[in-house]
Amino acid sequence: MSNRPLNREPYQQAYYPPTPTGFTRYMRTSLIWQAYRFLVINVKMLKLMAKSKH
Amino acid sequence: MARIVILGAGIAGHTAARHLHKMIGRQHEIVVVSPNRKWNWIPSNIWVGVGQMKEEQVTFDLAEIYGKTSIDFRQAKALSIHPQGDAGMAKPYVTVEHTVAAEAGRQEKISYDFLINATGPKLNFGATEGLGPEHGHTVSVCTASHAVEANHKLQTIIDAMKKGERRTIVIGTGHGMCTCQGAAFEYIYNVDHVLREAGVRDRARLVWISNEYELGDFGMGGVHIKRGGYITNGKTFAESLMVERGIEWITRAHVKKVEAGKIHYETLDGTFHELAFDFSMLIPPFAGVGLKAYDKAGEDITAQLFAPNGFMKVDADYTARPYAEWSAKDWPRTYQNPTFKNLFAIGIAFAPPHMISKPMQSANGTPINPTAPRTGMPSASMAIAVAHSIRDMLNGADQPTHHASMAEMGAACVASTGANFFSGSAASMTVYPVVPDFEKYPEYGRDTNLTFGEVGLAGHWMKYALHHLFIYQARMKAGWSLLPD
Repeated sequence: MSNRPLNREPYQQAYYPPTPTGFTRYMRTSLIWQAYRFLVINVKMLKLMAKSKH
Repeated sequence: MARIVILGAGIAGHTAARHLHKMIGRQHEIVVVSPNRKWNWIPSNIWVGVGQMKEEQVTFDLAEIYGKTSIDFRQAKALSIHPQGDAGMAKPYVTVEHTVAAEAGRQEKISYDFLINATGPKLNFGATEGLGPEHGHTVSVCTASHAVEANHKLQTIIDAMKKGERRTIVIGTGHGMCTCQGAAFEYIYNVDHVLREAGVRDRARLVWISNEYELGDFGMGGVHIKRGGYITNGKTFAESLMVERGIEWITRAHVKKVEAGKIHYETLDGTFHELAFDFSMLIPPFAGVGLKAYDKAGEDITAQLFAPNGFMKVDADYTARPYAEWSAKDWPRTYQNPTFKNLFAIGIAFAPPHMISKPMQSANGTPINPTAPRTGMPSASMAIAVAHSIRDMLNGADQPTHHASMAEMGAACVASTGANFFSGSAASMTVYPVVPDFEKYPEYGRDTNLTFGEVGLAGHWMKYALHHLFIYQARMKAGWSLLPD
């Protein structure tokens, strides 16, 4: 019996959506990058709130 | 001196009370009626539901906070509204029934000059047989005590998996007409996170089930965001998150019945299915709390004030139209009742003119579509607008002066996908406007510069910071009014 891994089954639910690369996953928890994103997200939310005031 | 009565002390009711107290608390009387003594920061219940927070960290004693102000708090349940008074009382009034043990069952009439209905939802577990923690087989994170019980059961499952057993966990919506998919979305990722931390993720089959047509609908018809040189539907990112965490999903599903260990559901194609589970958290559908209304002669006018689902009619356009003819202008702006001008409804308590997601029915005629979300930031915005309008009407304005249409406001949502200061994450999302406006934004109904989403640790920091900020603000501590609502 061969030890060759089986081919991945195509046409399944999990086959189609994009999955993050290792770099993307690293950046999601990189403290420096995320500190910067924290500021960016805050600014985006403040802009949204300013636009929502009537 | 006028009296403003607020029914309900959730996010909408308490926000209105805080702002009215700040603006006119010295000149006028503010009465808050709520059956619950404790205020609950509901967005953090998901952390209670996985054992990352205690109930005490997401609740506080409302009576104690109001006791430090001039706000008059009555721990009672509203029963009926009498907007014209009656033969015995000339002024409009509400009938309430006290819920404090010492006075339980005692009814009282409270007259008002202005009434704000912010009663929130009735958690309608009864709509699906076998749903819910009290009479069913599923748990809930809709209240802090529900979340405590959910965590207790989750830990039992985790203990079994640590002994080598395999378990199926199903999380999502418990009916075809549910809203609040976001809470279930956060819960499934937090469960995934704690299973990984416990080293048992490989022994769990994690399944998402919801009434959304596609993942990422959230009752808002989904969103389109700019990413990687494309404008992409949120479905892509929602599916990506599921695949990344090894979560299966079932959409377009109406849960018909839950038995011990088995969910029966129907899908939009009209077929019926069963799904075995060991642990399940399913959000119930919402309904109005069942307030009645009577005219001066004592005739029942509930149908005049409320929609059939129990939510109060306000200044929306309730004319029934097909989806293609829905307009942003259908949505209410002032939340004033069209008949009784001193009556307002905010938060979940107001009746939306229609859904935001396109209505769908299964081949058997079962409606399967998310209903419109109106919690969190939109609730607070409505509360502030109504508080300002009432202040101005007390000062002589003949109509509401402030507006907060969901078709003209945005919403920010930070959905936790794992709580840990270094390894946690959350999906930070903004959407503008909440209700698509295809006249202003013909292609997607929304401003793609203000509608965005991303996943990362920064989102977790944001969610954690907001937890403390909003509880500080709700406790009405020094400088609360300087903080954003």
